[in-house]
Amino acid sequence: MPPENTVSELRFRPAWDAALALADGTIFRGRGFGAPVDADGEVVFTTSMTGYQEICTDPSFAGQIVCMTYPLIGNYGVNSADAESRRPWISGLIVRELCELPSNWRSEGTLDAYLLENQIPGIYGIDTRALTRHIRTSGDIRGVLVRNLDGISDEELIARAQNATLPGDWDVVGFVGHDALQHFGDGNGPHIVVVDCGVKLNIIQSLIDRGAVVTVVPYGTPYVDIEALNPDGIVVSPGPGDPKNLDSGLDVVRATLEADVPYFGICLGHQLLARAIGADTGKLKFGHRGGNHPVKDLRTGAVSITAQNHGFYVDGSTLPVSTDWEVAIVNLNDQSVEGLRHATLPIISVQFHPEASPGPWDSGTLFDNFLDMVRARKAA
Amino acid sequence: MTDEIRSVLVLGSGPIVIGQAAEFDYAGTQACRALREEGIRTILVNSNPATIMTDEDIADAVYIEPLKPEVIRRIIQRERPDGLLPTLGGQTGLNLAVEVAELGILARYGVKLLGTQLSAIKRAEDRALFKQMLEEIGEPAVESAIVHSIEEAREFTKIVPLPLVIRPAFTLGGTGGGVATTPDELDRIVASGLNASPIHQILLERSLTGWKEIEYEVMRDSVDTCITICNMENFDPMGVHTGDSIVVAPSQTLSDYEYQMLRSSALKIIRALEIEGGCNIQYALDPDSFAYSVIEVNPRVSRSSALASKATGYPIARLAAKIAIGKTLDELRNAVTQKTTAAFEPALDYAVVKIPRWPFDKFSRADRTINTQMKATGEVMAVDRSFEGALQKAVRSLESQAKDLAWVDPKWTPQQIEGLIRRPNDQRLWAIMAALRNGISVDDIHDWSKIDEWFLEKLLGLVEMEREIAGTEGELDPELLWAAKRAAFSDRQIANLQGKTEQAVRDYRVGLGMTPVYKMVDTCAGEFEASTPYFYSTYELEDEAAPIEGERALVIGSGPIRIGQGIEFDYCSVHASRALHDAGVASIMINSNPETVSTDFDASDRLYFEPLDAESVDSVIKHERPDGEGPGPPVIVQFGGQTAINLAEPLTDRGAEILGSSQDTIDLAEDRYRFEAFLRGLGIPQPNGAAVTTLADAEAVADRIGYPVLVRPSYVLGGRAMEVVYSSEQLHRYIRNATTMTDDRPVLVDKYLLGKEVEVDAICDGTDVLIPGIMEHIERAGVHSGDSFAVYPGIRLFPAEIETIVDYTTRIALEIGALGLINIQYVIHGGRLFVLEVNPRSSRTVPFLSKVTGVPMVRLATNIMLGKTLADQGYQGGLWPRQPLVAVKAPVFSMAKLRGVEVNLGPEMKSTGEVMGIDRNFDSAFYKALIGAGLSLPPRGSILISLADEDKSESLEMISSLVRQGYKLYATEGTAAMIERAGMPVQMVTKRIGRGKPDIVDIILMGVVDGVINTPGPADKEILDGLEIRRAAVERGIPCITSIDTARAMVAAMERATEVYTVQPITEYRKTGTGY
Repeated sequence: MPPENTVSELRFRPAWDAALALADGTIFRGRGFGAPVDADGEVVFTTSMTGYQEICTDPSFAGQIVCMTYPLIGNYGVNSADAESRRPWISGLIVRELCELPSNWRSEGTLDAYLLENQIPGIYGIDTRALTRHIRTSGDIRGVLVRNLDGISDEELIARAQNATLPGDWDVVGFVGHDALQHFGDGNGPHIVVVDCGVKLNIIQSLIDRGAVVTVVPYGTPYVDIEALNPDGIVVSPGPGDPKNLDSGLDVVRATLEADVPYFGICLGHQLLARAIGADTGKLKFGHRGGNHPVKDLRTGAVSITAQNHGFYVDGSTLPVSTDWEVAIVNLNDQSVEGLRHATLPIISVQFHPEASPGPWDSGTLFDNFLDMVRARKAA
Repeated sequence: MTDEIRSVLVLGSGPIVIGQAAEFDYAGTQACRALREEGIRTILVNSNPATIMTDEDIADAVYIEPLKPEVIRRIIQRERPDGLLPTLGGQTGLNLAVEVAELGILARYGVKLLGTQLSAIKRAEDRALFKQMLEEIGEPAVESAIVHSIEEAREFTKIVPLPLVIRPAFTLGGTGGGVATTPDELDRIVASGLNASPIHQILLERSLTGWKEIEYEVMRDSVDTCITICNMENFDPMGVHTGDSIVVAPSQTLSDYEYQMLRSSALKIIRALEIEGGCNIQYALDPDSFAYSVIEVNPRVSRSSALASKATGYPIARLAAKIAIGKTLDELRNAVTQKTTAAFEPALDYAVVKIPRWPFDKFSRADRTINTQMKATGEVMAVDRSFEGALQKAVRSLESQAKDLAWVDPKWTPQQIEGLIRRPNDQRLWAIMAALRNGISVDDIHDWSKIDEWFLEKLLGLVEMEREIAGTEGELDPELLWAAKRAAFSDRQIANLQGKTEQAVRDYRVGLGMTPVYKMVDTCAGEFEASTPYFYSTYELEDEAAPIEGERALVIGSGPIRIGQGIEFDYCSVHASRALHDAGVASIMINSNPETVSTDFDASDRLYFEPLDAESVDSVIKHERPDGEGPGPPVIVQFGGQTAINLAEPLTDRGAEILGSSQDTIDLAEDRYRFEAFLRGLGIPQPNGAAVTTLADAEAVADRIGYPVLVRPSYVLGGRAMEVVYSSEQLHRYIRNATTMTDDRPVLVDKYLLGKEVEVDAICDGTDVLIPGIMEHIERAGVHSGDSFAVYPGIRLFPAEIETIVDYTTRIALEIGALGLINIQYVIHGGRLFVLEVNPRSSRTVPFLSKVTGVPMVRLATNIMLGKTLADQGYQGGLWPRQPLVAVKAPVFSMAKLRGVEVNLGPEMKSTGEVMGIDRNFDSAFYKALIGAGLSLPPRGSILISLADEDKSESLEMISSLVRQGYKLYATEGTAAMIERAGMPVQMVTKRIGRGKPDIVDIILMGVVDGVINTPGPADKEILDGLEIRRAAVERGIPCITSIDTARAMVAAMERATEVYTVQPITEYRKTGTGY
């Protein structure tokens, strides 16, 4: 049997100038880095060992204070090519050790300077494993990262943590979204419209690499406007927050299904598909965040390792009882729904991130599958 | 799916040699257990008795037999297994499987090759096929050419310029390979590489010196699910064998893109090879672009996969075995969490550092340069939440002259330091530290070494911290101490910097409440609850290893595998742990060696992966006190070799309770003055001699007792720096070179008695002494016991001698206060028995003797330490009944890997491993030991003989036997004259190297002879001449016998026993049968 774990409070505590307070009254103290501002949000952890810059710039992390479970962060610096969107979106970053002297041929600066420039605070030097194990028990939790501790009592810290906003509490998709249409790629490949709930650049890149031409439209764009773009296929992107807040998106999904346009939902786009066909979504105790999550394709039996980043899930028991819809992919650890597929129509969706960045590239073939469906539909 | 597999033959990896060490005992043991869990009848064969895998309870049938195709054929014929699993037996297992398959043996008996198909083995191992496969799947290979001659190699330099890497095909640890930077070097290394390769083929390739070296451990199952277990980054860039590199896991300087790019490549390769199991893939990555090259693939479980298993907690070998019989990753569980599937990739939340352990402390004349030919005998691993912490703990685990990173050779000049950094060698890490202390910049060191600046900056940080500590007057600022402990500075290191005592630093630190916490290695970075009891120390907030309540005991392991302290002690540690567990006492293991069974997470009730220094062990003991007070769990030091024994004193000083023989008993055996008085009191003789602390005293003692004398430092491990000295001049030289001779570390000068050497292991409970067996050495005293052929039972001993041995052993064990195991070495000289050495601990013969006699020696000893008697356990005192068998333990050397090392046997131990030959009679057992050790001469051919004068008269019978067996003889001047006088045909070759063609070295290098018997006389000149002869034999890869006793026994056994030997499970030999 595993021993019951004890938090042995050391009599010696290292000096600190920043704190992370959780809504359940736990306070972790460390040193601040990045911007000297405070931040609140949902405290979550990711087990990705590499890819901190991609994580910072993944819009799905908006509103979250992210704990990296790997202790050595910043080793290879930051660079302009690894950003997954126009800026970092995390509310704050929690690391065990921050590398001040990065080394990599592409490094353009330190993570510290990067977060400072983008007005995002960080905290280092805390026992991130203790925090992770805490979250494993408490669940993803409201918290506050405080860089300016002057005169703030513990009670006040905790009160502020309890008042922190969760991504589900506000229009976080609107926050990360782009206002204007954007076009990518050229040539006469299939035209894919990506509904931007918080899209990552590598989704667009993955489509372009396979010969597609991409138009990114803001979340909230009415279907008529999308239709006017003559899409050969529609991708609904990942994004932050609670899918239940996104009723307007359901219309676009339903209209797409009705129009018989090939649909590919990724993460939030998967959850919106599920809601559009009548299923319910729920919140995980603590999210799946990392690059080592095994999923199994129930049709082929193929197992792949996926990149994941989601705090909400599709409740499999609420899916319509219909031969049209099948759970195509399941998570091997908790058997949760990882992918949906329509029996006859060109509709697929996955809970994980085939675009990786960060994470394993195993599922890039899903973009091929989708574009195959698009091309087949176009040829028909 | 495959035809149903109901029984599997698992191939072991044979003796421990450089490039193939304890990791395959770990892999094989896990595999056998995994197969039996699935209800598979498991048959195991290995020639190495010092392994857990050859324990009778690991497989359904265990064969300790030579790993040769004929033996495998006979086992297959007898057992009729459905499958053969070779991928857990290292390169030996893989090569043997190829041989067996190509001989048609598998086809004839309908045995399926499991894990990796023959075609995949060939595509991974044969350079041409490998390159072709990479081209087919679009993965970049290094520009290279396959060559079969020196001429072709020279031709290639016109296309790809020097420096070039030379890699021989099908060799262990890259034997015979290297990097050539000049045309001369090219000729030399190509020649030795062609020779080392059994198919006389080498690969020449562009040197990627300076590129990052990255490894991936990958697994694949029969339904094509592929996962990576771990990636690793070498501290040393390309150009150093990964076994000789400092390695960190996971990679530190790779961005996600680079990480995934190589990961994707690795999955592509394992798919192309269709491996079902584990595989190791090595990459060179350009530090300035995304360019990379695939360097090497091991289509099997490897040393790196053992490291990856310990680094991540993911049991690769166990899963590989299950996959081999058709299980799929997704249906298998993660043994660590028990809840999640095995089809996942471990996430680490710590850094792991591995450092190789090299044998240069024992081979002072060896070339310390490291390159693509592996030289390390073992390795250590450490885990921490920072790179600095893992690195410094790993350094502390090495147990080398350099106790920590502060070590410098006082003789180093700035030029030498630069040289050591430019050219990889075992001291490079310390040279870098020295350079940084001298103010050399990270940029300069990077230019010299190409080591990534990330690592160098970390080292610079340590130097800065050293400075800050040294510059502090009085007590350290707690913040600084905290930072230092987080970087794993030892108390001792801090004390040395501050000019304080270790105890003062410890008291201050503990007074601040600054003690380590222990965190779990759980495969998932804390995401899921896990039940593995596998912990490492760190200085942080939360502790996860609540002290074990109830009865428990700590077993101290033996640290890295090195010459003199090998896998035998890991065997003992594992058995001690199991005995504790079975007695209802929770076993707590502490060790630093990632290759071993003892550091498998299920080998004990709790594992601490920690350095075996007093501070780390004491911290664990103090931590394991449920009430935070008292002495903590009692400690067993008897099984971890000299490493553990050396901790008895400091741990006793820190208040620990030692189980079994006390610190006083240990000291009595090691302190020359006390020991002499002790034996005198018992009336038991030992060779004349004394402990001395000056040259004058040494001379006086030697004059009094007469030359030759045996000189050695006190407190030695594996006979380090032990020498037989024949003259006053030699004595002078020895004393001059003996670096440390102090009052508490004197040098021992003893009469060297030539005679039969006998070794005994016994178990003592304070009342009775059980002697499982007596072993007699083939070589006369003077050859280190670890390098001797040992025979059970002592077949040349007279009953009266046996009686005396039993009497002395019993009295010594009782009187010295032994509780548990004791090892005694004797010499019979002039009809009298003398005591050479008493070790109140387990010895390297314990596994051999346990297996041969069936007496569970470690279990009995452990239970005695827990308070039981031999009688309680159903045993009684005296000599255990002689078994109806003969077993011979043969030493195995790794000389081909170590340039410049003397091959000649002497009192200093040189072997790295051992094999056992067991049979009904001596000749067959001895013959099997010879083939197992790779020392047997080919059935016919030519033998070169060059004997010392004093050996000549005793050699005539041996020489005429060789003639009768049809060998053609070559001999040097004196020996040839002697053979001619006896009327036998012989071809004379001159011993005067370079004068007269062909000389003796030419004869060997040109491949004229198939074996060498060369016994050097005592004179320095003869030893030096012989050195070249023996090195030539080693480089040529032919047997070289340097002891006349070995040679005579060998020739006699070959004449009588060739091919007539038994092959049966080990247990059957002990059954009374036809006997002998």
